[in-house]
Amino acid sequence: MTEVLLSISGINKRFGGLHALSGVALSINKGEIYGLIGPNGAGKTTLFNVLTGLYQPDEGQFTFNGKDLFRKKPNVVVEAGIARTFQNIRLFANMTALENVMVGQHVRTHTGVIGAVFRPPKARAEEAAITLKAETLLAYVGIADRAEELARNLSYGDQRRLEIARALATNPQLLALDEPAAGMNPKETDDLKKLMEKIRDDGVTILLIEHDVKLMMGLCDRIAVLDYGKKIAEGIPELVKNDPKVIEAYLGVAPE
Amino acid sequence: MDIFLQQIINGLVIGSIYALIALGYTMVYGIMQLINFAHGEVVMIGAMVTITCINFLLGHHFNLSGPALLLVGLLMAIPVSMVLGYTIEKVAYRPLRRAPRLAPLITAIGVSIVLQQLAMLIWGRNYRPFPAILPTEVYSIGGASITQVQVAIVVLTLLLMAGMYFLIEKTKMGRAMRATAQNPEVAKLMGVNVNHIISMTFVIGSALGAMAGVMVAANYDQAHAYMGFMIGLKAFTAAVLGGIGNLGGAVLGGLLLGVIESLGAGYLGDLTGGVLGSNYKDILAFVVLILVLVFRPSGLMGERVAERA
Repeated sequence: MTEVLLSISGINKRFGGLHALSGVALSINKGEIYGLIGPNGAGKTTLFNVLTGLYQPDEGQFTFNGKDLFRKKPNVVVEAGIARTFQNIRLFANMTALENVMVGQHVRTHTGVIGAVFRPPKARAEEAAITLKAETLLAYVGIADRAEELARNLSYGDQRRLEIARALATNPQLLALDEPAAGMNPKETDDLKKLMEKIRDDGVTILLIEHDVKLMMGLCDRIAVLDYGKKIAEGIPELVKNDPKVIEAYLGVAPE
Repeated sequence: MDIFLQQIINGLVIGSIYALIALGYTMVYGIMQLINFAHGEVVMIGAMVTITCINFLLGHHFNLSGPALLLVGLLMAIPVSMVLGYTIEKVAYRPLRRAPRLAPLITAIGVSIVLQQLAMLIWGRNYRPFPAILPTEVYSIGGASITQVQVAIVVLTLLLMAGMYFLIEKTKMGRAMRATAQNPEVAKLMGVNVNHIISMTFVIGSALGAMAGVMVAANYDQAHAYMGFMIGLKAFTAAVLGGIGNLGGAVLGGLLLGVIESLGAGYLGDLTGGVLGSNYKDILAFVVLILVLVFRPSGLMGERVAERA
């Protein structure tokens, strides 16, 4: 029994004359790893930005977990349970790894200014809980020993992991990863794959954009293919891989 | 009497006040790359409200001790400045959040002028003496002297700075402030209410500014509707000297500038054979500003960072 977590339909997004997304529809089921592939400029990141509230679509429907998220602000989207990482890593470079993850919990914690200044027991307890959870998440993604390091001093692979830990700190139901394996060596990619499977097994649905087709085929439960802002295929990896339209989009020729 | 030591002490006293005000400039700059030129006026209003409040209490024969009167005055002035800082941001800067940087800079100068004129309407154009309520005891250290008030200024400043350090480095709000300073878009994604953080930055900076204003007035025994201009410009220089956007830099820059100015005031006459007297000490602050901008625009503790788009 599959349960739909996120569903969009008829999503249009134009940038001036450029029709970046036209009529895109897709639905992501609870507990799956859903891949999004397509040639450069196909609109993957645009769709990603729409799904995480950074871009407001021009038309369409967007529901998540029963909530209407059409044209909602990023903070509303995060609160609803969608967290993301960025293609170009965007950490708080001058804060420690631990602090980065602590900021990630902001959306779920409540101490205000008064609490921050006067520190009643409740605020202290919350602060302790935030620290503990941040440490747990760093251990979860495998960089517990780097907790006190400034984010900018971490290795590239560790920065990617930290970004995932920070996204997980918002307690998401859907984790959206924008090219997490970009620039990684095969060993790091393999570790990342295991991490993503672990996250999925722990009950977080994953939406993944990635260029590494081999990785996608081995990892995703379902894949959608975008080309020129349109969805041209969707389904289990084997089917998508052999879809003539997909092959044409990637290779530019129709197979005989 | 040891002139050198005396000037160092004077410099550290005035320098710690500069540092306190510079914190207000540098916090706002760190978060929104805006130079809040109206900050000096917030400092002035803090001083004025305190003086008015103390005079009112004295006029109505409240039998309070000097420090108690000052405390009541401060407790009035700090909220007034906080509300003022909050309002300035909301009215003058928030609507221009997405405008080119020059626009909020110009409104900042506009707000500054409006506040000066407003202060002149309320408090007149004459110097307001600081009521003689504070102890006048003088301590002597190695041939130099320091008043009780000056000791209190330095101690209070140190406490406030320690408090600021704690707030920024160790609390949830401080984390949110630093996150906002480094990347407001992503901070928003993490659930940080960026507008709220910016408001709080102004409110906290203004509270520090109000206290600094009272210190200036107590140290020089007077206040004036235009006092915010010069003190604000000097604190701004201190912030740039330390590296604008850097809190530690603001403190270092403030203390350094205070000492440079003070030593300059003490020796300028001798050095120039009497051509320039100590009343030219203000020049020094701006010579420092120019030198920093020419030779190390990122300041002493600032990092060389690429311009953020």
